[in-house]
Amino acid sequence: MADKVLMKGNEAIAEAAITAGCRFYFGYPITPQTEIAAYMAKRMPKIGGTFLQAESEIAAINMVYGVASAGKRVMTSSSSPGISLKGEGISYMAGSDLPGLIVNVQRGGPGLGGIQPSQSDYFQATRGGGHGDYHLIVLAPASVQEMADLTIKGFELADKYRMMTMILADGTMGQMMEPVSLDFDIKPEPEKPWATTGTQMKRPHNIINSLSLVPEELEQQNFRRYEKYAEIEKNEVMYEEYMMDDAQIAIAAFGIAARVSKNAVNEARSKGIKAGMIRPITLWPFPKEPFMKAAEHVKQFISVELSMGQMIEDVQLAEQCRRPVTLCKRAGGMIPSPEMVLAAIEEAAENGGAL
Amino acid sequence: MIVFERPHALIDVPLHYCPGCTHGIVHRLVAEVIDELGIEGNTIGIAPVGCSVMAYDYFNCDMIEAAHGRAPAVATGVKRADPSKFVFTYQGDGDLASIGMAETVHAAARNENISIVFINNAIYGMTGGQMAPTSLPGQVTQTSPYGRDPKLCGYPIKVCEMLSQVDGAEYLERVAVNNVRNIRNAKKAIKKAFQNQLDGKGFSLVEVLSSCPTNWGLTPQNALKWIDEKMIPYYPLGVYKDRSAEEAAK
Repeated sequence: MADKVLMKGNEAIAEAAITAGCRFYFGYPITPQTEIAAYMAKRMPKIGGTFLQAESEIAAINMVYGVASAGKRVMTSSSSPGISLKGEGISYMAGSDLPGLIVNVQRGGPGLGGIQPSQSDYFQATRGGGHGDYHLIVLAPASVQEMADLTIKGFELADKYRMMTMILADGTMGQMMEPVSLDFDIKPEPEKPWATTGTQMKRPHNIINSLSLVPEELEQQNFRRYEKYAEIEKNEVMYEEYMMDDAQIAIAAFGIAARVSKNAVNEARSKGIKAGMIRPITLWPFPKEPFMKAAEHVKQFISVELSMGQMIEDVQLAEQCRRPVTLCKRAGGMIPSPEMVLAAIEEAAENGGAL
Repeated sequence: MIVFERPHALIDVPLHYCPGCTHGIVHRLVAEVIDELGIEGNTIGIAPVGCSVMAYDYFNCDMIEAAHGRAPAVATGVKRADPSKFVFTYQGDGDLASIGMAETVHAAARNENISIVFINNAIYGMTGGQMAPTSLPGQVTQTSPYGRDPKLCGYPIKVCEMLSQVDGAEYLERVAVNNVRNIRNAKKAIKKAFQNQLDGKGFSLVEVLSSCPTNWGLTPQNALKWIDEKMIPYYPLGVYKDRSAEEAAK
């Protein structure tokens, strides 16, 4: 067992990215994720990598587009308003089937919003965020260790499926410090024969492109991309179940909301309430199966979110409205307390799990 | 003896450009320079959004299609990923001087070691002839139907003059392709911009005054005259910056 080090979540992402072989980082300062850029600025020049502070979020994601086209592992990070700016580039990367990692350390919105933690970019992340039909693989860490683990996983998935992976974290995950092990078994990067690295006069030219003016062809491209997405939905779903075997009240929560909810579940259990939790780790693909299974014995689901209620729609879709789903929320940079979540569980229990 | 043939770097397919458009000439010049420098196999070209959006189908080297205006940022990524590769962008005036102005200026400020071929035809061609950042005062377009009024929509942007004030830029030259003499000069400028990158000198941009007979509403011949009579007086030809030459002269 390797030694653990005490790190901020943002730093754990940066160090894990370097461990994964990422040598190119482009970003623009924005709270609460700037530690990632600062870490990269310090480390990259010492290991032959590139850190570049771009003139804008738009330029940063297009520099990512360039490095991804050249077949190298590359990442950018930002927080909510900056991710909106990257939306154009993210859509182009999806349309050009380019791999890369984007980190969103969310803050409260809309607009300039605030700088405190939020989960209100859930829709943006899980529905793509930019224009057109596409998905990102969206990973939601709930500890500093997972910030690192899912960064490694994110690069692997991006290369495996030739698409973007997003780490959807929040200000708490980015700023908090926990012991973390950085001892990883890194798989070799796959070959990228499609990359634009120069023909060397030995092969036909490669083209990285999202333009297709013939609708029949563009439709086929979309169909093929969604066949790939179906494969991902089959193979890459990740989630954690906590005390779900006999649960009658089930929390659905990710990230910091899951950390808070776990305390509430423990407290409810000590009071004799059969509470449990399903924590999606992949937000896209969303873990539908544990919710379908839980609907057999659960009387009520409670979606705990740092938003006005976004994941709740996926919970309802996943359990196909067989049980009521209520919302326990704070918004605008506020975090639900364990007491608030416990109160929601107790209320559900008193009502016999009915609305 | 063969005295004239298609450059290897230019694929033998019909171009989609309108009759009389000078994009074809500039494509050929770029391809000739790639051939002469022997860099095709090591080159990555970046196409813009605009009339030359499908340049990736015409050049034989590896090609990337960038989002509107973002080609210099994409080129930055490609070049930083492997500085031994030759990277050029080919962009129009709306792409480079309007929506992509920030990317252009900052790539110059960083002295990115890339080469840019900038087509200035004073109009948005692909979308059917709207006012460009480089449309001349008084110029009638679809979105300036009473002529471009500087009081209402500002003055044209002189890209070479503006970038000449950016310390990072290495080489800036404005050329035209409306007659044989100018075309020969344009090729020289493009070759110098490309050679600069091979020599590690940095950001080099050639602005090419080009014609758009379709959207100017002129015959091809009159469009070439319009470059002489209207464009060149507003956009004088010449070298606006050549840092290496200036330093050597000191």
